[in-house]
Amino acid sequence: MRVALFVTCLADTLFPQAAVATVRLLERLGHEVVFPEGQTCCGQMHVNTGYPDDALRLVRRHVRVFAPYDVVVAPSGSCVGSVRHQHATVARRAGDERLAARAGEVAARTYELSEFLVDVAGVTDVGAYYPHRVTYHPTCHSLRMLRVADRPLRLLRAVRGLELVELPQAEQCCGFGGTFAVKNPDTSTAMLADKMRHVLATRADVCTAGDVSCLMHIGGGLSRLRAGVRTVHLAEILASTEANPAGGVAATPATGGAR
Amino acid sequence: MTETFLGMPATAPPGVGHLRGDEPFPVAARRALADAQLRRNVGHATSTIRARSAAVIGEVPDWPQLRAAARAIKTDTMARLPELLEQLETAVGRAGGTVHWAADAVEANRIVTDLVRAAGVDRVMKVKSMATQEIGLNEALADAGIEPVETDLAELIVQLGDDRPSHILVPAIHRNRAEIREIFLREMPGVDPALTDEPAALAAAARRHLRETFLSTRVAVSGANFAVAETGTLAVVESEGNGRMCLTLPETLITVMGIEKVVPTWRDLEVFLQLLPRASTGERMNPYTSMWTGVTPGDGPQAFHLVLLDNGRSAVLADPVGREALHCIRCSACLNVCPVYERTGGHAYGSVYPGPIGAVLSPQLTGVADNASLPYASSLCGACYDACPVLIDIPSILVHLRAQAPHPRGEAAAMAAAAYAMDHPALYAAAQRGARLSRLAGPRGRGLPPPLSGWTASRDLPEPPPQTFRQWWADR
Ligand code: SF4
Repeated sequence: MRVALFVTCLADTLFPQAAVATVRLLERLGHEVVFPEGQTCCGQMHVNTGYPDDALRLVRRHVRVFAPYDVVVAPSGSCVGSVRHQHATVARRAGDERLAARAGEVAARTYELSEFLVDVAGVTDVGAYYPHRVTYHPTCHSLRMLRVADRPLRLLRAVRGLELVELPQAEQCCGFGGTFAVKNPDTSTAMLADKMRHVLATRADVCTAGDVSCLMHIGGGLSRLRAGVRTVHLAEILASTEANPAGGVAATPATGGAR
Repeated sequence: MTETFLGMPATAPPGVGHLRGDEPFPVAARRALADAQLRRNVGHATSTIRARSAAVIGEVPDWPQLRAAARAIKTDTMARLPELLEQLETAVGRAGGTVHWAADAVEANRIVTDLVRAAGVDRVMKVKSMATQEIGLNEALADAGIEPVETDLAELIVQLGDDRPSHILVPAIHRNRAEIREIFLREMPGVDPALTDEPAALAAAARRHLRETFLSTRVAVSGANFAVAETGTLAVVESEGNGRMCLTLPETLITVMGIEKVVPTWRDLEVFLQLLPRASTGERMNPYTSMWTGVTPGDGPQAFHLVLLDNGRSAVLADPVGREALHCIRCSACLNVCPVYERTGGHAYGSVYPGPIGAVLSPQLTGVADNASLPYASSLCGACYDACPVLIDIPSILVHLRAQAPHPRGEAAAMAAAAYAMDHPALYAAAQRGARLSRLAGPRGRGLPPPLSGWTASRDLPEPPPQTFRQWWADR
């Protein structure tokens, strides 16, 4: 299948390894990956912070850039959620019904990675190898906006060498919420503290999720604690094979771990 | 007096009632978060109700259909609210009641005060009611020399403790048994000094305290959960029986009701009476459902007054997106699942309506500028939308209101600049290469300048990657 990669601005800028892993995984599964270079950002930050007028130009760009492709895949539940649930609204709010209709068409062809793998490509065993104890955090937008349900867990269960451990109170928000973490830092930190407590209780080496944004937040907190647990995007785990293990994962955890 | 709907809909006036906090949410939240006892009390109570509610909702096979029906009824009601309210007014009048229209809190307080004065009493008993909390009726009555006595146990705890409610359904959720015992010992005249903190003992003490009030007070003030337009029937749903006492024993009953509480037909009640108790208290059926239509000669109150309260609701109705907030049946399910509410409690929201519904309702009633921090008091996790029995899309309304909030000038400039750069890929790529926030932040990404210091206070920033994805793709 020919797949257009929607990298998302945060992955592109700060977590390219998640996007690179997505490319390697999709290519290994026999898909042709293209990267439309005109893409930048879906505008979610602008919409969610109260700037739909600024977001409009980004929605317009996103729709223009991705309209030519039959299948668009992004390693982010949150950005796919924005494409599906916000783009048409932003367009309609600006009175541009034509853009709203086109945004709807692009949204219908846009998939979060686990949705694409399970529903479109029809695989749950992607041939990955990842010999670690892993816990999975279902990010809010994957869980409630996209309803990816157990697709990521089915993919993880099929990974050889991987020991999957259940995260207590997994469905509670980690406290990231985009600019929420900056505008309400104390509340965000209190939510993060509970999420980290639950992650540590699993005694996992790795906490994974389908969104680099939530992982940046959880990972940033764990790093501050020197907890010795790493955050790794789901795509990196799925891209990892015996011949080509995910980079850096075997590295010694930070010292002074709280586990 | 349907003029309420003509002309410019007005928002709730400042200086009266409890819809505005003294400080923005993040500031109030910080203080609440520092109170470990409060966090424990609220966390414990919400998780208990959450579990109980989930269990009894799981028993209902047609829950999704009930929610959809409730939503449809509410949408229809809001679309023809003026017509339904006139129908209600006529029906209440026909049944011997009197309807008063109050454009705002000031007018509603004056109407109730005048009615109590006309009845010649200086004390009223009250059924727990959000509408009267919203307009600050107790304070207005006290100013007029009339003593309001709350008869709901939790509301009484709040009143005796000179406190404010912090939950729609469980106003004293932030208090534990030991604290309640303290309040009773301190404030309740004639209380047994050997009172224990057993829930049954506390309830018995309150009952003894209230019994004399029930039997000697001639005027009661209530809210209403529902009003049926076709018959003029009012309904109050409660658990303790104090409401039933207030609604049946006095000579005069005054009900203050937000105009959105009307439902078209008796038949529509069926849907809400199934949804409300399971979503709110986790009960299959609430113990007391009291309904009354006007007055019945020789039985119950012989004078009935219904005060229909606008106080900003017409303004909410005028917004096609935001008006969904008026569908709320005040079950508090969204509070109980909200990770923000669970940690901050209700006082941080500054309004009598806390939690997710408060974050969308209060700013709309007052005008967003007066409550600008509330639409941001959410991580948009969506748990409230999943829990709401009438399917109010709270996250979408939050986002909608954020667009109306006044923005800090620096933030607006940064957002515009970011959008501009992101609309020009070459500029964007240059910015990516140049930005390297983490460098600014020093070792291990700590100590960013404000406003980003909120991030680095508790979290490290990631190490900047050697190249962006875009560069990797170009090089491959
Ligand atoms: S918004 Fe929904 S969940 Fe929240 S109190 Fe109202 S009806 Fe209940």
